[in-house]
Amino acid sequence: MTAKSDLPQGTLDLLILQVVALGPVHGYAIAQRLQQVSRDVVQVPQGSLYPALHRLENRGLLAADWNETETGREAKFYRLTRKGRAQLETEAASWQRLTEAVGLILKLSEGGAK
Amino acid sequence: MEEQLEKELRFHIEQHTADLIAHGYDPTEARRQARLALGGPEQVRESCRDARGTRWLLDLWQDLRYALRTLRQKPGFTSVSVLTLALGIGASTAIFSAVNSILFEPLPYPHAGRVTMIWDHGADNPRLEGTFGTYRELLARSRSFEALAAMKAWQPTMTGPAEPERLDGQCVSASYFRALGVPPALGRDFDSSDDRPNGPKVAILSNGLWRRRFGGDRTILGRQVKLDGDAYTVIGVMPGAFENVLSPSAELWSPLQYDMSEGRAWGHHLRVVARLRPGVGTDQARRELDTIAHAPVAEFPRPPWAALKLGFLVNSLQDDVTRSVRPALLAVLGAVMLVLTIACVNVTNLVLARGAQRRGEFAMRAALGAGRLRMIRQLLTESLLLAALGGACGMAVAQFGVRAFVALSPPELPRLGAIGLDGAVFAFGVGLTTLIGLVVGLIPALPASRHALHAGLLQSSRRTAGGHQLTRRTLVVAEVALALVLLVSAGLLLRSLQLLFAVAPGFDASHLLAMQVQTSGHRFDDDGTAYRFFADALEAVRRVPGVAAAGFTSQLPLSGDQFGIYGLHFESNPNDHPQGDEPSFRYAVTPGYVEAMGIPLRRGRLLDARDARGAPLAVLISESLARRKFPGQDPIGRRVHFGPPSLPWATIVGEVGDVRQTSLAVGDADAFYMTATQGWFADNAMSLVVRARGDAAALTQPIKQAIWAVDKDQPIVRVTTMDGLVAASAAERRFALILFEAFGIVALALAATGIYGVLSGSVTERMREIGVRSALGASRGDILALVVRQGMALTGIGAAIGLGGAVAASHALVTLLFGVSRLDPIAYFGVIALLAGVSAIACWVPAWRAARVDPSITLRAE
Repeated sequence: MTAKSDLPQGTLDLLILQVVALGPVHGYAIAQRLQQVSRDVVQVPQGSLYPALHRLENRGLLAADWNETETGREAKFYRLTRKGRAQLETEAASWQRLTEAVGLILKLSEGGAK
Repeated sequence: MEEQLEKELRFHIEQHTADLIAHGYDPTEARRQARLALGGPEQVRESCRDARGTRWLLDLWQDLRYALRTLRQKPGFTSVSVLTLALGIGASTAIFSAVNSILFEPLPYPHAGRVTMIWDHGADNPRLEGTFGTYRELLARSRSFEALAAMKAWQPTMTGPAEPERLDGQCVSASYFRALGVPPALGRDFDSSDDRPNGPKVAILSNGLWRRRFGGDRTILGRQVKLDGDAYTVIGVMPGAFENVLSPSAELWSPLQYDMSEGRAWGHHLRVVARLRPGVGTDQARRELDTIAHAPVAEFPRPPWAALKLGFLVNSLQDDVTRSVRPALLAVLGAVMLVLTIACVNVTNLVLARGAQRRGEFAMRAALGAGRLRMIRQLLTESLLLAALGGACGMAVAQFGVRAFVALSPPELPRLGAIGLDGAVFAFGVGLTTLIGLVVGLIPALPASRHALHAGLLQSSRRTAGGHQLTRRTLVVAEVALALVLLVSAGLLLRSLQLLFAVAPGFDASHLLAMQVQTSGHRFDDDGTAYRFFADALEAVRRVPGVAAAGFTSQLPLSGDQFGIYGLHFESNPNDHPQGDEPSFRYAVTPGYVEAMGIPLRRGRLLDARDARGAPLAVLISESLARRKFPGQDPIGRRVHFGPPSLPWATIVGEVGDVRQTSLAVGDADAFYMTATQGWFADNAMSLVVRARGDAAALTQPIKQAIWAVDKDQPIVRVTTMDGLVAASAAERRFALILFEAFGIVALALAATGIYGVLSGSVTERMREIGVRSALGASRGDILALVVRQGMALTGIGAAIGLGGAVAASHALVTLLFGVSRLDPIAYFGVIALLAGVSAIACWVPAWRAARVDPSITLRAE
């Protein structure tokens, strides 16, 4: 097994919003998608997934409906609200800026060490 | 919500399990893995609730369930606390509901604050009823009012198809209903053309009378009803909601139709009510009326007894009708608040005592990670629940209390119908309950949670007991102090009432029956017919077996009769105004009245058959007048003048004892007696007094029959024993006394249980010390003294503080006291002795238990 990284603080919300942005999806599928996409590098603690979903729903960033899955089971499907989409855009942009800045700093210090 | 969360998590696990099975896991192992991956279900659920912000709700529910369980585990503690709180909350809510609706809620009139009463400020009586002459002058000269109305009582007999009925009504100025601001619901109001001498005979009915006598028939307007033999046209019907606080029993109204040439135009027998113009304050109106009073004009000449030398008494109607009961009501409200405080202190004490027992529990919870705030919240939930239970039971107590209050209330209490548990009262009860819950919970909660960690787990609670005992003792001292304040107040009232009833009314009230006999109909327009009727009735009454003596009087002492105050002009004082300077009660009586009442003759003779119509005018004067006008001289044979100038001088033939007319507490005794037939007008209502050989009340029916045998149409009202009137004269004080006594007893009982509780707790905690003491040779008496001393010290400190409080509180009682100083030593010492006695008993029980401690057992137990 490869070593897994813990998710940086506050990024779980961003990842959830990104996954949900692709279309209505239930909690288990979100967990699966996160794991697959991150190629098992990022460990999403399933225990914190649901509280995060409920928090986002409570803040009005997500909305939820009960619908049938392809297998005919009833599940709670989350989708992005308009407010959620706006939030996703701002958070994604700020994440971009942050990682760019962090990347720059890392490069700088590498150069300095040489 | 909870179910959905459950379902969502279950779906996750099942889906995960299915995937794992598809990847070749064994089903049991797959389920295990899926569960592990998700984590502890309870934590996940908890976190989800947290995320939704519903945590507090569940915590509250948890606290409530826990609180309920703990309360149920201690039924004794719970029931005593709930009962104590229910009594306190119930009593105070009941009293509040009465005080609120009587004193604070506005009267049921539009802009009720503008409705104003105007009284003549008499020399002896600051609330003298007005005269028509004064009313007429004010109507012409004052500018402060948009409506000004005079009124007097009217008791017509209604005859017609149904049986005759004596009704309570009022004769009023045309603007009466405009002054109150309530127009008739049906028909029209009086107008000025109705209210003139010999004007049309018209009447307005109350809604109640209209429904009762006329079945609510709307065609009543314009129809005629027979009142005292005259046909009155009904012109209006008042709304059902109309509350006539000026005469609550009045059912119909007719215009006053006063004629200035009438002899009674200057008699003080009218009440005056007015409505202030918008923007005019009571003070402004008062100033204007005073200016008018001190600046007479030629157009409105005034006789000396209505010269308005002292101006007017001007007050809002609300202040006016609540004036006599206000001090008693406020005092009672204060008293009930004291009781409530004591009840709270007692429950706090109980909660504290229980807190000591529960210290281990809280220490355990703290050790398991409960936050301090969380534990305070738990304690608060418990006390709030306790208070809520107390409050709920208290509302039932209040329901009952309101009824008891109405039953006990003095007759002067206005607006009894308005007393009830309404929204304001309910809000008061709920607010009170919440406040109590917070206070009762917080006092014990703070030290309990502070002590919890460091002390509790060690179970060395006895070493830390000191802090709790100190709080509890402080509370007991407070209880004793508050109880003393209440008891001293009750004691002062009790002394007042004793002294009041010791006041001689001036007549012998025992075996004395009184009733008012009225004449009704035009036959009695001739004074001679009226005199003859009363004389015949008296003869008939005297023949009734069991009657020892009987007589008629125009006004009856202590009955509230306040008509007939006339100026006396003594010949010996030539400087007196010719129309008289000495306002005195006029008693127009039949010979035999003074004897029947048992009023003592001081000098001369009483009135008898000699003093008939046409004979020289003879009067009796009261002792107080004789002493003032003829000091050291014999008044017999002197001459005096009263009434219209045409009346000849009257000769004083006797001097009789003073009689309390207004009330036992008021000493306005100046009076003169004359035979009714020698008077200048016949009263249409006379009070019959009958001295019985046996039980006075039993004579009521035979006497009524005897009078009706003379004339069956004449109404007889206001039947009462004079003993009853004497008692009623002190009704407000008695009312306050009953409530103070009840509250005082409750307070005393609560304080005693407080002392008992603290001492019991202290004895239990000091069992070992007591054991050691007796092992070292302390006698039972020593141990007994030890505990009793401790308890009496608490009582002593509490009593000392309470004395200060009682002295301060007695200021509020001054208007209710009679003949006793607010610092009356008998009341104070009596109460202290009572308190000491009761607390000694409360101390004795734990002390006795302590004295019986067997040292060998306690020491071995350690």
